[in-house]
Amino acid sequence: MAALDDFRKDTRAWLDENCPASMRTPMTEGETVSGGSKHRSPNPDSYVWLDRMAEKGWTVPAWPKEYGGGGLHTDEFVVLLEEMARIQARSPLEGMGVTMIGPTLLEYGSEEQKQRHLTKIVNGEIRWCQGYSEPGAGSDLAGLATKAEDKGDHFLVNGSKIWTSGAQFADWIFCLVRTEPQAPKHEGISFVLFSMDSPGISIKPIKLISGASPFCETFFDDVKAPKEDLVHKVNQGWTVAKRLLQHERSGLRALASAGASRTAATQTTTSLADVAKETIGMVDNHLANPVLRDSIIQYRMNANAFSLTQRRTVEESEAGSTPGAATSIFKFYGADLRKEQLELQLKARGTQSFGWEGDGFTAEELNLTRTWLASRAGSIAGGTNEVQLNILAKRVLGLPD
Amino acid sequence: MPLVLNEEQNMLKDAAKDFCGKSTPITELRKLRDDKDETGFSRDIWQQMVELGWAGITIPEDFGGLGFGYLGMGVVMEECGRTLTASPLMSTAVLGSSAILSGASDEQKAELLPALAGGELLTALALEETPHHSPYNISTTAEKSGDGYKLNGSKKFVLDGHVADQLVVVARSSGTAGDRDGLSLFLVAADSDGISTTRTIMADSRNAANIELSNVQAPATALLGAEGKGADVLDKVLDVGRIVLSAEMLGGLQEAFERTLEYLKVREQFGVPIGSFQALKHRAAEMFCEIELSKSVVLEALSALDEDSDEVPKLASLAKARLTDTYNLVSSEAIQMHGGIGMTDEHEIGFFMKRARVCEHSFGNAAYHRNRYGELEGY
Amino acid sequence: MATLREFREETQAWLADNCPDSMRGSGTDAEAVAGGTSQTYENPGAKVWLDRMAEKGWTAPMWPSEYGGGGLSRDQFLILQDEMIRINARSPIGGMGFSMIGPTLLDYGTEEQKQRHLPKIVNGEIRWCQGYSEPGAGSDLASLATKAEDMGDHFLVNGQKIWTSGAQNADWIFTLVRTEPQAPKHEGISFVLIDMDQPGVKVNPIKLISGSSPFNETFFDDAIAKKEDLVGQLNRGWTVAKRLLQHERSSISGMSSGGRRGRYDNLRSLSQIARDYIGMDDGKLADLVLRDQIIGNTMTSKAFSLTQRRAAAENASGGTPTFATSMFKYYGSELGKDRLELQLKAMGTQSFGWEGDMFTSEERTLTRTWLRSKGSSIAGGTSEIQLNIIAKRVLGLPD
Ligand SMILES: Cc1cc2nc3c(=O)[nH]c(=O)nc-3n(C[C@H](O)[C@H](O)[C@H](O)COP(=O)(O)OP(=O)(O)OC[C@H]3O[C@@H](n4cnc5c(N)ncnc54)[C@H](O)[C@@H]3O)c2cc1C
Ligand SMILES: Cc1cc2nc3c(=O)[nH]c(=O)nc-3n(C[C@H](O)[C@H](O)[C@H](O)COP(=O)(O)OP(=O)(O)OC[C@H]3O[C@@H](n4cnc5c(N)ncnc54)[C@H](O)[C@@H]3O)c2cc1C
Repeated sequence: MAALDDFRKDTRAWLDENCPASMRTPMTEGETVSGGSKHRSPNPDSYVWLDRMAEKGWTVPAWPKEYGGGGLHTDEFVVLLEEMARIQARSPLEGMGVTMIGPTLLEYGSEEQKQRHLTKIVNGEIRWCQGYSEPGAGSDLAGLATKAEDKGDHFLVNGSKIWTSGAQFADWIFCLVRTEPQAPKHEGISFVLFSMDSPGISIKPIKLISGASPFCETFFDDVKAPKEDLVHKVNQGWTVAKRLLQHERSGLRALASAGASRTAATQTTTSLADVAKETIGMVDNHLANPVLRDSIIQYRMNANAFSLTQRRTVEESEAGSTPGAATSIFKFYGADLRKEQLELQLKARGTQSFGWEGDGFTAEELNLTRTWLASRAGSIAGGTNEVQLNILAKRVLGLPD
Repeated sequence: MPLVLNEEQNMLKDAAKDFCGKSTPITELRKLRDDKDETGFSRDIWQQMVELGWAGITIPEDFGGLGFGYLGMGVVMEECGRTLTASPLMSTAVLGSSAILSGASDEQKAELLPALAGGELLTALALEETPHHSPYNISTTAEKSGDGYKLNGSKKFVLDGHVADQLVVVARSSGTAGDRDGLSLFLVAADSDGISTTRTIMADSRNAANIELSNVQAPATALLGAEGKGADVLDKVLDVGRIVLSAEMLGGLQEAFERTLEYLKVREQFGVPIGSFQALKHRAAEMFCEIELSKSVVLEALSALDEDSDEVPKLASLAKARLTDTYNLVSSEAIQMHGGIGMTDEHEIGFFMKRARVCEHSFGNAAYHRNRYGELEGY
Repeated sequence: MATLREFREETQAWLADNCPDSMRGSGTDAEAVAGGTSQTYENPGAKVWLDRMAEKGWTAPMWPSEYGGGGLSRDQFLILQDEMIRINARSPIGGMGFSMIGPTLLDYGTEEQKQRHLPKIVNGEIRWCQGYSEPGAGSDLASLATKAEDMGDHFLVNGQKIWTSGAQNADWIFTLVRTEPQAPKHEGISFVLIDMDQPGVKVNPIKLISGSSPFNETFFDDAIAKKEDLVGQLNRGWTVAKRLLQHERSSISGMSSGGRRGRYDNLRSLSQIARDYIGMDDGKLADLVLRDQIIGNTMTSKAFSLTQRRAAAENASGGTPTFATSMFKYYGSELGKDRLELQLKAMGTQSFGWEGDMFTSEERTLTRTWLRSKGSSIAGGTSEIQLNIIAKRVLGLPD
């Protein structure tokens, strides 16, 4: 305990000194840093903060030091997050490198692959994207058809992916390909990494109902994927793929930051109550609309129970690693909570929630409309809610197929 | 009351389906949106609707209308709802004409109704002042001034307020915000001095505006109904609006449901159509039940309007509450069951959810109407 | 139309003269009449009422008069119902004879079977029960194992049924039996009628969570089913069985009364109860959140009964249940369960009285009704099964 107290003191002092003032304000969409050079934050402080944190390995606090990580224990990690939350410090680095491929390489990558890829994730040099879904392979991911032929020192990749988030900004892609078409569908898949600048790759952005275009169709036409970037064994990519999905669905980071005392979830709930106070008004210290009030409180209680559960899970997982099938709980319940939160905002704000552009709405209101629409993807992306429930029924509850 | 359509109504419905399918498919709404069209609907299509008689469906034949009643209007709106057709039908042929039918003097009727039925006049109801439906919560004032009145206040979410020729303004001539007594309705030209209009661009790509009234002069002849008794007219108009909007919503949600059902049959994953998964099947079956109940309440409420029944207020609340919940449910499930493609702008299914939520907040959401229903039942 | 008006007037007058006072106003479940040799009449009015109604055929108003029914058209039937509701007349008799086997015999019985069985249902002489479910065959009814061997002029029946409601008081049982064990499971089933007054039939009551024992295990040990009581063709019993289930479901959902009578109409309305237990504040129920839910349930009930009326109006031919019966069965039972849950919320701890003086009889009845309501989404095919049927038959979703 004493050691942890010291750690807290040191961390607090360091953060005070090193976190730029503008990095202590709520994140705005454009200033999120996900690595790479194709999409940059307009705020130079973003990079001051990134570099300082990266130098300590605190962009990925729990990763081993030898790959540039912070080497922190779970409880130190939680302290760091708590101290960051205390000063409302932004997360210095987001993106699929940190949340998905990094943790997966730690478990399945060769020593050489870890050395080559992880440090570039830690310092934000490289941004990654995920080449999983295909037009014919969504929930049934193992039905994928993009094929990769063995050409000695490389694979020749042909096919197409869809819904590739951030493909237009990514430097590298982790990609599922079929290397053995004759084998049963789960046994002919390999997990490969290659540069998005490779010849033969083209992308086409797709527009969402919110109006934004965060993702793309990605086409591969005779793309060379060098053998040294095959992760794990050939035709055994499915094992790697599933593990990555677990990281995606819970992300230890998301779990741990929820475990920190001031959680993202309660922060947004507070603001939901604040919104309602303002838009609905108060009577006798109660929100003036008793029915909406009940729904908001119900939501808030569920959100609290949810973050307690996240915290409990972090504390239970000693090694500080992503739990297994139970991650589906967080993916499923978290997505629903978020959708609910936004629906309640709409109810509280009434017709002011539906501004699309132009006059008559504040920037916050216009932003809310889009955020609400985007939130509907939470129960689809990363495996739909139905798929999460199937996983829970089968893997956690042991129900038969 | 009949819960089935008669032959005439069925023919009207078929004609409307045909028209909307050919002339105003969802691609039209998308085009209006992407072109940032100033009007927000097609004047040309509106003219065709007028020629079909739709502007005067509820207006008696004596005044140049079709005299088909609200069941007639309902079936047309249901079809418009399926294709998310943007038109001034709601603002003009529903709200405007019912305000005039129930509030205007004989002279006003003789002058205005034929113009409405002929599509020469567009109207808008300038009611709301907050983002939440609250019809008596009116602060806009109507002060006596000379022979007439001076109107001051600001109005929100006025459907078609940006194109209307005449505004039905709900103002307070006495009492304080929240009182039912003391409201008065005025019909004023939209280009009167002191009126300024800001169009609001909404997520459902339909049309509304915020309107500021600053010392707007309205003659005594502009009054619809008696001074201070505007709520008698307003309540009627709103119930008409709620019920006909419910009919539109019924169309939209059935279309979203049918499209989703079709998708469940054709989209394959794991080597089978996704509609074979019980997790989706049961939800589809549950939605089917909610939709069947929705159809019944809309029909009953429309017939109650035609029969001018005492049940209208209760049925209006029943319809609006139920259709709100059902449209929200079905349009959200539609996206979820479409998976990734449901989230794209290119696919049309997302349009229904945007429309559903804007409808939710038009003329009172579900909780508003449950409260009102309880009040009408005396508890 | 004039004749309908006349019919209404005549009906009104007849009911005024013939419905005993004691038969007006809602009765308890225990007072409900189901007929048969075990029926006793603590209230003599009940017997008078039954006999008078049976004489006019109005215990089964829409059945043809040649089998003792009332021979009424659908419109006349609805008028009769309206008029009975108007004076709060109780239903003179109910039970599976009326809601299930009777209508099924009308559809599938031979002339001789109709003549022999229907009049005894109409006048309350015979009470029926349903031998469908078995320990190994619930939702998957077609996997039933009770077997019937062909012995020339009769079948020899051996096996066990379970959940047989009212078997302890029934005279006859309509039973699904396996007559062809080799055939695919739906094609070896026959539908037979069995007289329960024989040594080969034994009944063993099962106690429910509500404390009562309305149903039983029924054992067949060399029981005899006469060949003349085979309904439909041999090995084609599944068709008859499904039809009967439609009748059962439409009766559970209140569809058979055209939406005029709900399952829980003998209870006071939710809002009345809530007023008593929660109180009013400023003209509204004092608990505004519960109020919202109560109004929601009331509105949904209204929408539901409008839908029953709409279905009846669309189905002008009258009385024929369709696949949409599954919708009414599913929705009606879920809605009823919701309603009772809300009633519990309104009554608080007074909802859980089991016996004794600390609770009113309404409260004690509620406890039992609430518990029993849980069976409504199980009996007659569970809610899940109804949803499967809707998905498949109505929406055309693939298996
Ligand atoms: C915003 C967003 C970002 C995304 N980013 C990426 C990305 O970066 N990289 C990437 O590879 N993919 C990405 N995806 C794709 C995402 O993983 C897929 O959309 C998802 O797996 C669902 O696949 P699908 O869209 O093909 O839907 P389908 O699989 O066709 O599903 C349609 C419906 O059927 C249901 N269903 C399917 N199978 C079953 C079953 N067995 N039981 C019950 N229900 C079932 C689904 O739950 C869904 O409701 C993204 C998606 C979104 C919306
Ligand atoms: C009050 C009451 C009275 C009854 N009276 C009679 C009577 O008089 N005569 C008679 O013959 N029977 C009677 N029954 C029995 C009734 O018909 C059966 O209980 C019913 O068919 C369910 O069968 P089960 O109990 O074996 O449950 P199971 O079939 O074992 O079902 C258990 C659970 O699994 C679910 N399930 C099963 N199959 C599926 C599927 N394919 N998809 C999804 N979910 C599924 C069910 O919905 C249920 O939730 C009565 C039951 C009750 C509760």
